[in-house]
Amino acid sequence: MSDTLIGFVGDDYVLLAADATNAFSIILMKDDEDKIMKLDSHKLLAAGGENGDRVQFCEYIQKNLSLYRYRTGRALGTNAAAHYLRGELARFLRESPYQVNLLMAGHDEEDGPSLYFIDYMASMHKMKMAAHGYGSYFSLSILDRQWRKGMPSTKGSN
Amino acid sequence: MARRYDSRTTIFSPEGRLFQVEYAMEAISHAGAAIGIVSQEGIVLAAEKKIISKLLDDDKSTEKMYKLDDHIACAVAGITADANILINYARVAAQRYLFAYQEPQPIEQLVTQLCDLKQGYTQYGGMRPFGVSLLYAGWDKIHGFQLYSSDPSGNYGGWKATAIGANNQAAQSILKQEWKAELNLKEALQLAVKVMSKTMDSTSLTAEKLEFATLTRPGDEVRYRVLTDQQVEALLKEANVGAEKKEEL
Repeated sequence: MSDTLIGFVGDDYVLLAADATNAFSIILMKDDEDKIMKLDSHKLLAAGGENGDRVQFCEYIQKNLSLYRYRTGRALGTNAAAHYLRGELARFLRESPYQVNLLMAGHDEEDGPSLYFIDYMASMHKMKMAAHGYGSYFSLSILDRQWRKGMPSTKGSN
Repeated sequence: MARRYDSRTTIFSPEGRLFQVEYAMEAISHAGAAIGIVSQEGIVLAAEKKIISKLLDDDKSTEKMYKLDDHIACAVAGITADANILINYARVAAQRYLFAYQEPQPIEQLVTQLCDLKQGYTQYGGMRPFGVSLLYAGWDKIHGFQLYSSDPSGNYGGWKATAIGANNQAAQSILKQEWKAELNLKEALQLAVKVMSKTMDSTSLTAEKLEFATLTRPGDEVRYRVLTDQQVEALLKEANVGAEKKEEL
């Protein structure tokens, strides 16, 4: 599918945007679908793609991150969580694939803000700006032109 | 009466004891001692070697101490063959974590995993428990330098200094008196020598009977070093417990 997701890193934040449409062929079922899930206090996961897969996979990751927190008393960092997610997606790829494209955003005490681009084949890249879907064709060029390192939040939302 | 409840690991005795687990711990109390001491600059592990022979093809491998991952090492006391299984399991677990999360496994989590394995052998399967106690020494970014010890029951504790194996109660009481938070690595090594000399059965300490290792973090990387024979000899000489002892005080 072609759900649009856009994200980029600012000076001390990451901004994620996702389209809100949920269509079934020619029927627009919903226009206020929230495709950005809160993984924990400092992480967000924007997901686009096959409907059931989208929610199922995100919740799976979210709950496993919670389990880790309860078991160990601390949350995983963004890098570790992203690699964990990618590993799971890669495992499922050869068992029963999830057709989801993802942008994971996180903020760590030590490493600051970070953004991870993961596609449905479980390839992953840590990036400063990233996008999925049809919208990426437009937004990537704009981001390339306009993105600067360390934008304060006022500039970012513009 | 105890005899009736020995044979199966998976049952309690009427007094609420697990005899097989206790017997395993008894086995360990006859094995070569190992101690661990946390200092400001890192952790010292010291152990008594039981297999000493001129015929031993030595040098490269250690009898009591093993590296589990780049940032964790352990010392064992008990049945060596059992220890090897646990060490291999720990190494796999550590790499599995590193593969999944791309960062080194926090030490307590590795200890917990091993202990959960050991506990399994006290509750189901009908197989005897592992006759090994371990000391785990390592560094992670959550709690810095840490020392843990575990026993056949699957219980573990975090320590500033502790001892396992033969005469561990004697060693523990000396450590209790002498350990202080301000110890640096050198002092910790010397304390280790002192404890070993007072608790080992042999009359004189030589480098071939002992193994020493340090786990430090000089820069950004954790460093695990096993002391060479010469270094151990120098240490013993300094502490004045070498074969040629100066006069008894």
